[in-house]
Amino acid sequence: MIQERVSLSKARQQWIRWQRLLRAQRPGDLFFRGITLLFVLIVLGLVAGTAWILISNSLPTIRRFGFSFLTNKAFDPVHDSYGVLPAIFGTLITSAFALIFAVPLGVGASIFLVDFCPRPLRLVLAFLIDLLAAIPSVIYGLWGFLVLAPWLHNNGEPWLQQHLGFLPLFQGQPEGVGYLGAGIILTMMVLPLIISVSREVMLVTPVAQREALLALGATRWEVIRHAVLPFARVGILGGVILALGRALGETMAVTMIVGNQANEPSLSLFTPGYTLASVIANQFGEATPGLFLSAIIEAGLILFIITLITNILARWLIASLQRQAQGRSRGGRL
Amino acid sequence: MSVPMPTSSSPALQSGESRLHPLQATRSSLTLRRRLVNALIVLLTTLAALFAAGLLVYLLCYVLSQGLRYINLDFFTQLPTPNGEPGGGMGEAFQGSLILIALASLMGVPLGLFTGIYLAEFGRGPFAQGVRFLVDVLNGIPTIIFGLLAWVLIVIPMQTFSGLAGGFALGMIMIPIVTRTSEDVLRLVPRELREASLALGATEARTILQVVLPAARSGIITGVVLAMARVAGETAPLLMTAFGTTFWNTDVTQPMDALPLRIFQFTLSPYQQQVNQAYAGAFVLIVLILLASLAVRLATGGFKQR
Repeated sequence: MIQERVSLSKARQQWIRWQRLLRAQRPGDLFFRGITLLFVLIVLGLVAGTAWILISNSLPTIRRFGFSFLTNKAFDPVHDSYGVLPAIFGTLITSAFALIFAVPLGVGASIFLVDFCPRPLRLVLAFLIDLLAAIPSVIYGLWGFLVLAPWLHNNGEPWLQQHLGFLPLFQGQPEGVGYLGAGIILTMMVLPLIISVSREVMLVTPVAQREALLALGATRWEVIRHAVLPFARVGILGGVILALGRALGETMAVTMIVGNQANEPSLSLFTPGYTLASVIANQFGEATPGLFLSAIIEAGLILFIITLITNILARWLIASLQRQAQGRSRGGRL
Repeated sequence: MSVPMPTSSSPALQSGESRLHPLQATRSSLTLRRRLVNALIVLLTTLAALFAAGLLVYLLCYVLSQGLRYINLDFFTQLPTPNGEPGGGMGEAFQGSLILIALASLMGVPLGLFTGIYLAEFGRGPFAQGVRFLVDVLNGIPTIIFGLLAWVLIVIPMQTFSGLAGGFALGMIMIPIVTRTSEDVLRLVPRELREASLALGATEARTILQVVLPAARSGIITGVVLAMARVAGETAPLLMTAFGTTFWNTDVTQPMDALPLRIFQFTLSPYQQQVNQAYAGAFVLIVLILLASLAVRLATGGFKQR
């Protein structure tokens, strides 16, 4: 008997709950529940609506160009020929640049914050990092345009060319604005995000594992290497992908320093270019109904899909780590 | 759970030569090597932290010190002067930002709050999990996408840029922030409080509205302030919706200015006077966000916990 009761299916339990609710005859409660559900449905509708608006409005260019939209180099309203290859290339190269520098720096800094940092300094630094993550991108853009770009033009890029000019990365005319500047600004913008996410996942490492290794005579680095990092790896990866999503979609700071020219994709970091977001920000003003408008919206659709995928991946990784952590603290796995 | 054994220096291992790595010849050299690696890592991570923090603090201090020089009363109350003539301010940007944030809150706060209540109070099962996941994902979508949405939905049909479209775009950005913070603080309200209210005969709706919500009030306000601070600095979605103007305007069906928009336009201006005002605007924006972060920290006791 008891066995049967326990093994009632979930759907049946739900049904019984509804029955009870209805029998209790509390229209006020049902009404309130309905209202909250209504708001949830509105939010869901808005999200679905966003996707639908983007898709339906980019249909003209999708029909006309198909996949060649992704490989066409021109974004040319005069000849009605549209493509986003330079923008996709620029988006990828600047984001890759940012991650290459921000990941080691950020993970290193968070290891310092969690394990080596003196306690009073830790509070200050943690607050500072959170604050910096909240600084609007237009401020980074202002600094990038007024300080970084002139410096790169006059000092940074000529120096790189002189000493590392044999690399294809540092050839061409130093212009100040370009992929290099955009990459540096993006590095600075995603750093606080990477630091705060890695710090949070490192903090949830079970204390027992740290203590076990210390008891075995491990140095502090060995504790991090063998207890903290294996545990936090998935979460850090989630944070990095979250940062990638931020870098891919960053608009203002990048628009102000990337140069906004539809150049041939080239390996030189000095080249002024475009990113998907900066195409939208630069072109909407001149947009005329028809293919031009549709091309801008399709650029947005591509950005939407890319960031949707990276975000889903990141959230899924972080959620799986949290589940794992909960399971362990309950003693299930140890 | 298998934890890889650290290269141990315990006497037991020292005696069993066959288990030793060739590099670990003697105990003293082994300890020295491990100590050196440890010291190297401490040094490297410290340098990484100092470099990261130093770079960002330098940027912050530079913008703040430049901006402070050009702050005066006129900056908050006057309109921009034409062609970079001396004087003037960006009063219309402050006015516009206030109106836009109010419009965004009108949309984002109720939607976010009720979704948060649903998730915290009734949110069990796969549907609620799905909603939670979607809200998190919504938080990571680039904000210019919402600008694009408002542009297609409102600006193009109305054939004019408008504050209304800007408020709509910012409202979309507020929803996930308000939802997640209100869900989190509602979950922190002790269960006993709910049970006590129900035991006294209050209905579920009444319990939530008159017991749970007031108990979580400060947390919910914190979340709303956080969301407002976030949208106060948004530029990209406003570029193609509110668009900006250099005149006083309270008509939400017309183009409207905002602080970050004005900073953006003045940064790119050829006139030094306007560039200086862009720095001043950046100063105000940073201070506002600093104050909001501090308020949130104090309200949630974040300083003590960590």
